[in-house]
Amino acid sequence: MKAILNVIGHIGAVVLDALGLVGELAIFAGTGIGAIFRPPFYPRRIGAALMEIGFFSLPVVSLTALFTGMVLALQSYTGFSRFNAESAIASVVILSVTRELGPVLAGLMVSGRAGAAMAAELGTMRVTDQIDALSTLSTEPMQYLVAPRLLAGTIAMPLLVVIADILGVMGGFLVAWLKLGFNPNTYLINSFTNLRAEDVLSGLIKAAVFGFVIALMGCFNGYRSKGGAQGVGAATTSAVVSASILILALDYILTQLLFTAK
Amino acid sequence: MNAPMTQPKIRVRGLKKYFGDKKVLDDVDIDIVAGTGLVVIGGSGSGKSVLIKSILGLVTPDSGVIEIDGIDVLKAPRAQARALRAQIGMLFQNGALFDSLPVWENVAFGLLAEKKIKRSQARAKAIEFLAQVGLADNVASLSPAELSGGMQKRVALARAIASAPAIMFFDEPTTGLDPIMGAVIDELIVDCVKRLGSTSIAITHDMASAVRIGDTAAMLYEGKITWTGKASDLLTSANPVVDQFTHGRAEGPIKMALRR
Ligand SMILES: Nc1ncnc2c1ncn2[C@@H]1O[C@H](COP(=O)(O)OP(=O)(O)OP(=O)(O)O)[C@@H](O)[C@H]1O
Ligand SMILES: [Mg+2]
Repeated sequence: MKAILNVIGHIGAVVLDALGLVGELAIFAGTGIGAIFRPPFYPRRIGAALMEIGFFSLPVVSLTALFTGMVLALQSYTGFSRFNAESAIASVVILSVTRELGPVLAGLMVSGRAGAAMAAELGTMRVTDQIDALSTLSTEPMQYLVAPRLLAGTIAMPLLVVIADILGVMGGFLVAWLKLGFNPNTYLINSFTNLRAEDVLSGLIKAAVFGFVIALMGCFNGYRSKGGAQGVGAATTSAVVSASILILALDYILTQLLFTAK
Repeated sequence: MNAPMTQPKIRVRGLKKYFGDKKVLDDVDIDIVAGTGLVVIGGSGSGKSVLIKSILGLVTPDSGVIEIDGIDVLKAPRAQARALRAQIGMLFQNGALFDSLPVWENVAFGLLAEKKIKRSQARAKAIEFLAQVGLADNVASLSPAELSGGMQKRVALARAIASAPAIMFFDEPTTGLDPIMGAVIDELIVDCVKRLGSTSIAITHDMASAVRIGDTAAMLYEGKITWTGKASDLLTSANPVVDQFTHGRAEGPIKMALRR
């Protein structure tokens, strides 16, 4: 009997912990969004965060997109040639890349790069009292550290995904043309005749949401980290893991919301 | 409202802070008259840093009263509490310099944040403050990581005093400095505090320094202020705890407390 009560108690504690954490995250996100719109603004910090999240993620996002487009063309060729439906490959590649793979893969890559870096930086600042020092120098840490990153994440990810889309489609095109022997003109025409603005747009909306989530998880985990180098390491890990899981879960929810069956 | 003459700048009553089961502050009372300096001494881990972080609002105490200018910052509306605490400049025990910014930007940070100077003047202004703490202007463009521990401490001091705060907290200002530099920094603190008429709390393990920079002194022991008096009386106090601590004797009440 006592053992059962212990187990129930333990489960209860875990559930309460988790709910507490969700509540904390919600408050953090609310405060962070509020801080974006409240002066003072820190254009330099926003610029630095845009470089960190956007510009320096370009190589890894570009390579990922290029290879994904190439693989996609090869794989769909294997499938579609069995139904003599090779002409659909162009559509499949461009739709998969713009609607789905561009934002999700870019999101996972950026979370591993920039989200981890954010958590490590803020975590170090926390455990060395730098965040406390900010608030003794007439500076609100949420406004100086968190708001610029949230804003930059939300702006930078759609821009990265535009580039990922272009490179992904190009990768597919190159494989179709040079390896599979498609006529380049026909392939391009097939690509774009079926593409609608909302395909690209829905991908970019996803990207903006993912960018926000990456910055939020990076900042949240860094900001509340404690206990020296080990604590910072743990914060970094949970920033990347939680952002990745959220990206995949939100991807499904957003796809359903933005779903166009036409 | 004739109170301001007698009302202390900072008044702490019944301050308690626990970390889990660990009792760190247990009924701490402190008064600091405006324009005077208090030195807090006490063993490592006795809660000195927690005490000043509580006044700053960086640690939330479990109970008690903390008044600045007669207003309880623990009960006051957020904006008012923040405004009262904005008078405080703080030197952190470990410096807490912003390692993503060069030294000069660290020093000018508060001035820039309060828009007291333009960015174009900030560097020159920072170099003036660096000179006051005995650092040459070639340090200005270095990153904090490129400095020795003692140099970091001095940059942090320059940062804390740059915006001429009405209240200054120094958490071990001279730890990690050589004796001469320690004396220079003590003088700087005294000079700065006197010139600006600031009220200060300094935490120190250095008795010579305590006597130099403090008007009054308080000893924190087992979560309470066991002794207060004039800083100049520190070394001659009859209180056995203070006597043992300031003279660094192995025998006495403190050691027995540790053994228990
Ligand atoms: N954030 C925290 N979480 C848990 N315990 C803490 C925290 N901050 C301080 N403590 C504990 O409170 C006690 C007092 O810490 P504090 O830093 O105030 O000591 P101190 O008097 O400044 O010592 P020192 O002279 O070594 O700086 C210590 O036992 C410390 O372990
Ligand atoms: Mg301390």
